[in-house]
Amino acid sequence: MTSPVLSVNQLCKAYSNGKEALKGVSLSVPEGSFFALLGPNGAGKSTLINIMADTVLPTSGSIDFLGHDMFSERLWCKGNMGVVPQEVAFDPFFTPREVLSMVCGLYGQKPDMKWINELLERLELAEHANKNTRQLSGGMRRRLLVAQALVHRPRLVVLDEPTAGVDVELRKRLWEYMREINASGTTILLTTHYLEEAEELCDHVAIIDRGNVIASSSMKKLLHEVAGSYLWLRYRDDWELAATDVEALSEFNPRIDDGLLCLTLNRIDLQQSTFHHAYESARLRFGPPLDAGVCQEDLEDVFLRLTREQII
Amino acid sequence: MNLRGTWTLFKRETHRFLKVNMQTIAAPALTAILYLIVFRYAMGDRQVPGMNVDYFTFLIPGLAMMTMLQNAFANTSSSIIIGKVMNVHIYLLMAPLSAMEMVMAFLTAAVLRAVIVATVFLLVLTPFVDLSIHHFGLIMVYGVCGSIIMGGMGLIGGMWSENFDSMSMVSNFIILPLTFLSGVFYSIEQLPPFWQTVSHFNPFFYLIDGFRHGFLGVGDSDPWLSIGIVAGFALATVLTCWYLWRIGWRLKE
Repeated sequence: MTSPVLSVNQLCKAYSNGKEALKGVSLSVPEGSFFALLGPNGAGKSTLINIMADTVLPTSGSIDFLGHDMFSERLWCKGNMGVVPQEVAFDPFFTPREVLSMVCGLYGQKPDMKWINELLERLELAEHANKNTRQLSGGMRRRLLVAQALVHRPRLVVLDEPTAGVDVELRKRLWEYMREINASGTTILLTTHYLEEAEELCDHVAIIDRGNVIASSSMKKLLHEVAGSYLWLRYRDDWELAATDVEALSEFNPRIDDGLLCLTLNRIDLQQSTFHHAYESARLRFGPPLDAGVCQEDLEDVFLRLTREQII
Repeated sequence: MNLRGTWTLFKRETHRFLKVNMQTIAAPALTAILYLIVFRYAMGDRQVPGMNVDYFTFLIPGLAMMTMLQNAFANTSSSIIIGKVMNVHIYLLMAPLSAMEMVMAFLTAAVLRAVIVATVFLLVLTPFVDLSIHHFGLIMVYGVCGSIIMGGMGLIGGMWSENFDSMSMVSNFIILPLTFLSGVFYSIEQLPPFWQTVSHFNPFFYLIDGFRHGFLGVGDSDPWLSIGIVAGFALATVLTCWYLWRIGWRLKE
């Protein structure tokens, strides 16, 4: 197991309005990983990131960053971390090139113009580098935030929904670049609502809901151990399960999804699952289906299932 | 110690007002000159009671100092409130700068702006008035301390305010009356005894009187004694700013 770059321990945050955003969050981010922090809106992801960025104060708990206590060794930790906040903010007095030079200076570094030019180039801001930030589009401003988080070459980059409002093509290129940054040894912690992208990019994942971590492991392990498979059967487009049907099929956790009856399958052993039993149970109750198939849960399914279970 | 970071923030704060120099330097200097012209013609060649000096000459250092104070306040307060409204202040909170480094960078930029505006004002007047300098050291001490105090108040006001409206409330209902009622336009000898006593509780009175003393050699109080009050007030302001920034007062949730 790779040593953690970041260990969050029993972190709690209660806002002054009484809202408990984090209820004892603990998780570890391995060094060099591309880590997805997922959760529905209001789950506490941004609160966690804002505490790391020092824009929100924690109520209790601790964060260890590369062996340094984040709350007592703030300046060291800040100097080695780059954060892209969720809200687009831009300094209206300066150009992107000036902003990047300034961020370098604030982090105590002499601006490295070669690196700044590379960032501007790779984030497709080079031709706008000398315009005032007010003249940039929303997507450009968001890319500038990414450049700001990278310009001082931090060891951990935290991206809080960095691709919201960025078009598909640009998003792909941005992820490609992030992959290169990660491959060069920088740990990346990402929050996003694009779960397919998270599944493709990230090697580790944590799911947070209502201020609690409900799953945290490597992506492979989560998809192997938590993700199940389900049998879908098509009968007719508009139907609902009666309470008696739900009860009769309760061992398969039945649900209607997009007009399909979905039954969760469990493994009996390495060779066989409960597929045959589930199919027969449905056939006996509703008759032969018009169509049927088996699907493997992806990250989105796991995410939805786990967060739904929390609500129940 | 992040000296480069402090220097960068100072440069940022300086560039910010230099980029809009018509608004931040030329306009306040012009406003002060307009005050001077209006009062010059309204008051004629009248002498200030109790001082062997004409009203026009009396007014110039006071107006210069008032302009300095208002601009030092404007520099820090506008930076913080614009940052808060546009959410840019989070970049300062995220930067590896200590609270004292932050405060120092903001205050030195505020002092610089105040000195530039006052210098422009005085330079424009040079061909038209014969303004002597009685004690340059006093001018410097009062000018710098006053700008530090007001720059600090601007920082505190900016931290306290949630939007431009609450910021304007601070500047128009607290700062403006205190500066106007501090003896810029009159000697407190002209006031009834009660208001003379009240004036002595206004720290701006000591700032303006001491600064004026540096130019004219006359004033309402002993400038050397007042230095203690002013320097103490400046130190208290710096320490308050440092503490408030350190705890993230109204900046961090």
